[in-house]
Amino acid sequence: MDLNETPEMAAFRGEVRAFLTVHRDDYAAGAAKDPKTWQQLLIANGYAARTIPREYGGYGARPDILKSRIIAEEFIAAAAPRGIANQGVSMLVPTLLEVGSEDQKTRWIEPTLRGEVVWCQGYSEPGAGSDLANLQTKAVEDGKDFIISGSKIWTSTAQMAQMMFALIRTEPKAAKHEGISYVLIPMDTPGIEVRPLKTMTGGSEFNEVFFTDVRVPQANVVGGRGRGWFVANTTLKHERGMLGDPNATEARLGALIELMKSETVDGQRIIDNPVFSDRLMQLQGRVLAMKFNGLRLLTAQLTKEPAGLAGLIVKLQGCELNHQLAALAIDALGELGVLYTDGPHLRAKGRWQWNYMFDLGLIIGGGTAQIQKNIIAERGLGLPREPKPAAA
Amino acid sequence: MDFALTQDQRLMQESLVRTLEQASSLERVRRFAGDLKDKGGDVWQALVEFGLAGIVVPEEHGGLGLSMLDAALASEALGAAIAPVPFMGVVLGPIALLRGGSAEQQALWLPKMAAGDVMAAAAISEPIAGARDGAGVTAADGKLSGKALFVPGGMAAGLLIVADTSGGLHLVKGDAAGLTRSLMPGIDETRRLAELGFDGVEAEPLGGGPELLSALRDAGWVLVAADSLGAAQVMLDKAVAYAKERRQFDRVIGSFQAVKHMCAEMAAELEPCRSLVWYAAYAFDAAAQGVSGEASLMAAHAKALTSEVGRFVARTSTEVHGGMGITDLLGLHFWFKRLGLNRQLLGGPERVREIAARMQGLAA
Repeated sequence: MDLNETPEMAAFRGEVRAFLTVHRDDYAAGAAKDPKTWQQLLIANGYAARTIPREYGGYGARPDILKSRIIAEEFIAAAAPRGIANQGVSMLVPTLLEVGSEDQKTRWIEPTLRGEVVWCQGYSEPGAGSDLANLQTKAVEDGKDFIISGSKIWTSTAQMAQMMFALIRTEPKAAKHEGISYVLIPMDTPGIEVRPLKTMTGGSEFNEVFFTDVRVPQANVVGGRGRGWFVANTTLKHERGMLGDPNATEARLGALIELMKSETVDGQRIIDNPVFSDRLMQLQGRVLAMKFNGLRLLTAQLTKEPAGLAGLIVKLQGCELNHQLAALAIDALGELGVLYTDGPHLRAKGRWQWNYMFDLGLIIGGGTAQIQKNIIAERGLGLPREPKPAAA
Repeated sequence: MDFALTQDQRLMQESLVRTLEQASSLERVRRFAGDLKDKGGDVWQALVEFGLAGIVVPEEHGGLGLSMLDAALASEALGAAIAPVPFMGVVLGPIALLRGGSAEQQALWLPKMAAGDVMAAAAISEPIAGARDGAGVTAADGKLSGKALFVPGGMAAGLLIVADTSGGLHLVKGDAAGLTRSLMPGIDETRRLAELGFDGVEAEPLGGGPELLSALRDAGWVLVAADSLGAAQVMLDKAVAYAKERRQFDRVIGSFQAVKHMCAEMAAELEPCRSLVWYAAYAFDAAAQGVSGEASLMAAHAKALTSEVGRFVARTSTEVHGGMGITDLLGLHFWFKRLGLNRQLLGGPERVREIAARMQGLAA
């Protein structure tokens, strides 16, 4: 164990800090004043698209986990926006780099990084949630094109996206997992209808997307026909890593502590109530444990050793902790905690209630808590899979 | 940036685990549990040969001179093996002497401890967990009076580290006049607790001020947390092994999601504890070198969280074993009870979290 920073890393941290100080006027409260210019500035300095090759519009640095972590920490500390982090950047670009054709890479990566092309993800369907490979949206060959029909659900950013990367059943005769292709679909193609899906938060963070005879060139398949399941799995790992990030959880704990110190009931600080103090300490212990679990994972990545259970539990525990932090904040606020929209007594713009509801969606999405437990038990503990039911 | 054990640390722990497989098998622990005359001398001797008696004693005094992280790894192995050894005093004794003892006291006691000839025990429950049944020790004119409860290893210790009600610490020889000991029989038969009576007992004061008591408390918390980590890991492993083997409805029960999820929940709760215990031990070592101010907070959270998770794992693992889980036949209850004692030792989780909150000004 040695958690001290090397001089090289300390110097790098200083560079990031200096950058954020020099450009302090370009952002406020976590948002850039001009997002596209900010993104260009970040890429030029290696704080976004850091390891994407220069020929595709990235910064072209060698992967360095420690430097990436330092950038993340300093941006959080300065409440500086991280630049564009949508599903195009975080999932499509790594996929194209890994399995895309040269033409696909050249055409899509740079405009995606610059924020000129926004992507949405078309994976889940009404009948294909946890059992994603059961998806039924299908493509029929028509000359050099596919004709797509079916529907997708839980499609965030679909209403503003120019493009979708989707899993489509292109090989009807193949086995379940082998009949799927990873297809790039322009959202302005005739036959596509986007309907916002209103959720319990009152917002529409997701959409439903309906396809009626949507014509897409077969050249838009990434990684080969029938290979879609395997192509998607290479990037699902990235998504699960993002859900449950301990740095975000720690930042939320900090906000909760401030809330409990500043709010009073009958003139007494909430934090001075022993029941609330104890609930906070219980969560603090768990947040710290997940933080150090994250450091252990980071070290395993650096030394290229398997992380085992320490990695498999992050999504389950991280999302659960985020939800519990929001729950405690609401309880600490009491009746104030149920206020939600503008008003003189509203706290934090209703953010704690929003998080409490939205985060329940994150416990369910990206692999439900129950699916996560199956993964922990089967991959982590070596317990056998549930036998398939006998054919009826 | 290196959040991992060194090769030496891994080898040390693996080697200790193998030593304990021989010296502290379940059958051996059963004999100890069933016979108060059994002092576990052979188990202790095997550990002395391993070097454990002097694990934190500096090399110039005949010990291994290792860190708290090493001691925590040893404690984890002892918890896993439900070893009938009062390890807390083995670590707290030398720390008390190194931080609060004179050169003479160190030269007199440390080599004896490192050689395994004298076992130390720490009577520090009252100022940390709170006084029960009127316990507490007062010091006047170099003499101690009163009583101290819940002293692990206190029945056999040749040297006692005793905290008085004002937080001062004293050294008492095991054969001092006016010192009485009586067993406090409890659920955990793998470690024996003593009630110590002091009737004008001669004592040597230790220096170090209130920081020494805090350091002993933090070290104790880390060691108990590590012991729980080891014991809970074994309970999880046994549950998983049983779930892979036991068949009902023509299937191994581990293929049922109801059972599978119990195992997954245990793993998901326990795995982060490992990182927290490592970090708490690391922070203790860093604090000893004047680097870190967070050692006490980390020790408290490690103790409190392993107590909660320990209880959850103990109960859940027993349930996975079904009816067999509650029998004496499997011996699973030894781990269950070890975790039960660890939860309360040096303060239950509510008490420890209250202290953690105060450290940060997050309590009235």
